[in-house]
Amino acid sequence: MNFVAEFLVSAALIVSGIFGFVGSYGLLKLKHTLQRLHAPTKATTLGVGGVLIASMIFFYADTGHISVHELLITLFLFLTAPITANFIAKTHLARNLRRNELPESTGDFGWSVYDDPPETRLDT
Amino acid sequence: MIEYSLLFAAGCYGAALLLDLWRIVVGPDAADRILALDTMVINVIALLVLYGVWRGTAIYFEAAMLIAMVGFVSTVAYCRFLLRGDIIE
Repeated sequence: MNFVAEFLVSAALIVSGIFGFVGSYGLLKLKHTLQRLHAPTKATTLGVGGVLIASMIFFYADTGHISVHELLITLFLFLTAPITANFIAKTHLARNLRRNELPESTGDFGWSVYDDPPETRLDT
Repeated sequence: MIEYSLLFAAGCYGAALLLDLWRIVVGPDAADRILALDTMVINVIALLVLYGVWRGTAIYFEAAMLIAMVGFVSTVAYCRFLLRGDIIE
């Protein structure tokens, strides 16, 4: 393996390791639950992205053809991280805030955390 | 050079797993624990890919993909359970 590929793989690995550690350290250090939501869902996803980029470069330099498994994992993580963060934030709201502590929703229905879904949507 | 950076990254993710475990133990809210579990799943995915690079084999990508899917589904199921008291209504 030539020096450039080795250097690129090492740099991606070190950057991703730092990102992953910072994500979990932020999870431990930040004060509030919604603040803690910020750290892992961004930094750890970037860290895993770095690891997968390093692995792509490594296997391309090792075997000579590009593998797309890593792109699948990256795509899956990038798609699911916002959904997970949204669900965890909704869980925190539903368990720690009462209905009258939130501002009114601007639509015809209340917040989906507290209200059942409407049978028919009137705005479509 | 790759060996040392692999060791460094694996050490970083191992320490990150320990920090997540600490957050699971002390977490004052259920949402904190779910978040820490989700972060542990993501760190384990990174560790699996690192192990695959270390061994020079591509077998572990399927395992990482499966763990990513199972982690996402379990996080959403746990949140649904806490939100609505039921997973599939």
